[in-house]
Amino acid sequence: MADWVVAPFLEFAFMQRALAGALLLSLSACPVGVFLMLRRMSLTGDAMSHAILPGAAAGFLLYGLEIVPMTIGGLVAGAIVALGAGAVARLTVQKEDASMAAFYLVSLAIGVVMVSLRGSSVDLMHVLFGTVLALNDDALRLIGLVAAVTLATTVLLWRALVAECLDPLFLRSVSGLGGVVHFAFLGLVVLNLVAGFQALGTLLSVGLMILPGAAARFWVNNTLAMCVVSVGIGIVSSLGGLLLSYHASLPSGPAIILSAGVVYLLSLLAGPRGVLRPALPRRHHRTA
Amino acid sequence: MSEIRPDMNPDPADTCIAFRDLTVGYNSHAAVHHLNGVIARGSLTAIVGPNGSGKSTLIKSVAGLLRPMSGICRVAPGLSTAYLPQLSELDRSFPARVKDLVALGLWQKRGLLGRHRPADRQAIVAALRAVGLEGFDARPLDSLSGGQLQRALFARVLVQDADLILLDEPFNAIDEKTIRDLIGLILHWHGEGRTVVVVVHDLDLVRTHFPQALLLARRPIAWGPSAEVVTPENMQRARQFQEAWDDQAPWCEPSPAPARGVA
Repeated sequence: MADWVVAPFLEFAFMQRALAGALLLSLSACPVGVFLMLRRMSLTGDAMSHAILPGAAAGFLLYGLEIVPMTIGGLVAGAIVALGAGAVARLTVQKEDASMAAFYLVSLAIGVVMVSLRGSSVDLMHVLFGTVLALNDDALRLIGLVAAVTLATTVLLWRALVAECLDPLFLRSVSGLGGVVHFAFLGLVVLNLVAGFQALGTLLSVGLMILPGAAARFWVNNTLAMCVVSVGIGIVSSLGGLLLSYHASLPSGPAIILSAGVVYLLSLLAGPRGVLRPALPRRHHRTA
Repeated sequence: MSEIRPDMNPDPADTCIAFRDLTVGYNSHAAVHHLNGVIARGSLTAIVGPNGSGKSTLIKSVAGLLRPMSGICRVAPGLSTAYLPQLSELDRSFPARVKDLVALGLWQKRGLLGRHRPADRQAIVAALRAVGLEGFDARPLDSLSGGQLQRALFARVLVQDADLILLDEPFNAIDEKTIRDLIGLILHWHGEGRTVVVVVHDLDLVRTHFPQALLLARRPIAWGPSAEVVTPENMQRARQFQEAWDDQAPWCEPSPAPARGVA
């Protein structure tokens, strides 16, 4: 058993890198996912993950499968879609969900066209589904940098993030930070998606963001505790996914997200705030 | 219209809020029309009027959340404001405890990064005690009843420790005992010399507890001591105003800004 778990990481450097990358991503993306969920923006995260594709594809077209240009391209595309959709929502009658959907669909189509202009479907698969087992030093450094920026920003803006979720009108009445916090937060979402897409692909990098946070909601009812639990779930899913991928020869990105999905289902069933607990008969109740 | 300007030449030092020809509204439809007057420092004012008469709109513009279409709404400089909206955008399913909600009231004092000191924590405990929620500090928000939530929001106003307190229909769907307790808090604030403005529907409450009243029906109908404002004749006049927006409504003098296609 210990061999099954430990040996692959001791034996192969690529497994160690994959583990380091996945752990850093968990540390960084999971708290962002918790706030995405609390702001009812989980699907926005998903839309953004599609939106960064043309930027990544442009980097890929110009420089090949290189992390830095693809990252910068993804950041630019993500920023354009986030700001564009936000601006349409503020300036017209259209709500942000519709404008976001419109922008990301166009963006995704442009991205797929760009990738297929050059390169094979293998390249497209790399961009869409990632290659966590082939993380190089540059990619690891980038993920580490993103994790540091994310944690620092989250700590710095914590009070405003909580206030903006809990009672946005109150925050507006005492401070002008609401808008700043909203866009800083969207920036963190894009940053983490970009950091994740090298490892998990553009389509699945959002999975490690959303699933652990959503699962944590079934266990605890406190924002900080949810962040901690979600990071724990992210780490467990990364480990489980990498081992599954190694032993069963499955693609690593989907294996990690599937593991997170299994944890989500278990939490949904067994968590104190899940579906089974209220169904159990209760013999005792307190008088008040 | 001089009867509805309670204070024609107020001493500026006594002024808390000054309205000068204030018009506020949405999409070029005025919800409050040409309001002139002054709310004095340390006064306790009730704003009354039928639904849609512009009460919330007026409070919002005082709170700085809505820009006037024309005219001036000026709060004396250096005053801190606490605003409790009617339709709170509060997310009750958010995983927070009662004391987290009340602690938001420390924002003006501590801001984004300032540490919450022991004295701040004591202020939160004291505020919860004052609103009758002692021992509720660790309760999750989603377990509170409507009245308990309103008490918690009053505790947040207490913690804000503001000079000017704006409450928009704080007694909606609240039982009598809670209303009595909350009125007690409002009178206490008044006694401390804070300026309090409350939107109220219950005219009996206004007559018994509020020295000043402003009766709005999109434009001011009457303003002054409550006993003179809340009279059957005035209420009748206020009821006659038209609640619905009228897209054909004539432009208010002098000449309208050219319509830019925005309805």
